[in-house]
Amino acid sequence: MPRLVRWYVKAAFVWLALALLLKAVALFPAAASLPAITPVSWHLLFVGWLTQLIFGIAHWMLPTRPGASKDKLRGSEPLMWGAFICLNLGLLLRVAAEPMQVAQPGPLWAGLLMVSAWLQWLAALGFVFNSWARVRPPVRRGQRGA
Amino acid sequence: MPRLTVWYLRAAFVHLALGATFGALMLTAKAAPSWGWAWAWFPAHIELMAYGWLMQFALGIAFWALPRYLQPPKRGDERPAWAAWALINLGVALLAYGPALGLAWVRAAGGVAEALAVLLFAIYVWPRIKPLGV
Repeated sequence: MPRLVRWYVKAAFVWLALALLLKAVALFPAAASLPAITPVSWHLLFVGWLTQLIFGIAHWMLPTRPGASKDKLRGSEPLMWGAFICLNLGLLLRVAAEPMQVAQPGPLWAGLLMVSAWLQWLAALGFVFNSWARVRPPVRRGQRGA
Repeated sequence: MPRLTVWYLRAAFVHLALGATFGALMLTAKAAPSWGWAWAWFPAHIELMAYGWLMQFALGIAFWALPRYLQPPKRGDERPAWAAWALINLGVALLAYGPALGLAWVRAAGGVAEALAVLLFAIYVWPRIKPLGV
């Protein structure tokens, strides 16, 4: 399993654990009024866990690019590292900024929330851009990458 | 990768890109109230991400990876799975964009299309859920 894929999968498990921890906390009556706990925990699960796990496993398992050099078989490694950083930094900023923007609205938290939004968007677009050409029918012998 | 999986996965990628865009717009709206108009895309965000992206990606991979038959055609009669692809994407489009365009009545049609799609896919895939080499 390539190093980048290991980072994706391990980060996915960290977010899964955090999502379930947050869900458990939210079930205590005293925590029910914590701001933004529901959208944050849902996004930890669906973005941090499921989507990130798919990104990582797809990067590993999708067909390689025919005719590409050895270091480009899975597309652009730097782009997928960038998507990894954007997704996780974006989610981390959301965890901090969304509850704070509800509790104490201000330009700092609003700004961080916006950065969080568009970092996650960049991660999705980066993954799509890199994976599009790898989703393809089989190629004839002799056309495969080196 | 079979051609049908290519269609499932690329459609899933399109829904992911659009769903993430609506999500980013709504999160921006939480920071900037003047972006409140973005909330009209809340149903689209849910629909595109849950069904257009996650479910469709899983079905496309299932069509590719589940055990095949020993005799050709190796993946059996693919027509129900093709019909399911068309219905999923019709249903997702109706449910995602209907309300924002003021066409609330299409939501029911979208729901029926999605349910039929999943039923067709389940009927198609059921015999392929079997031990390898059988």
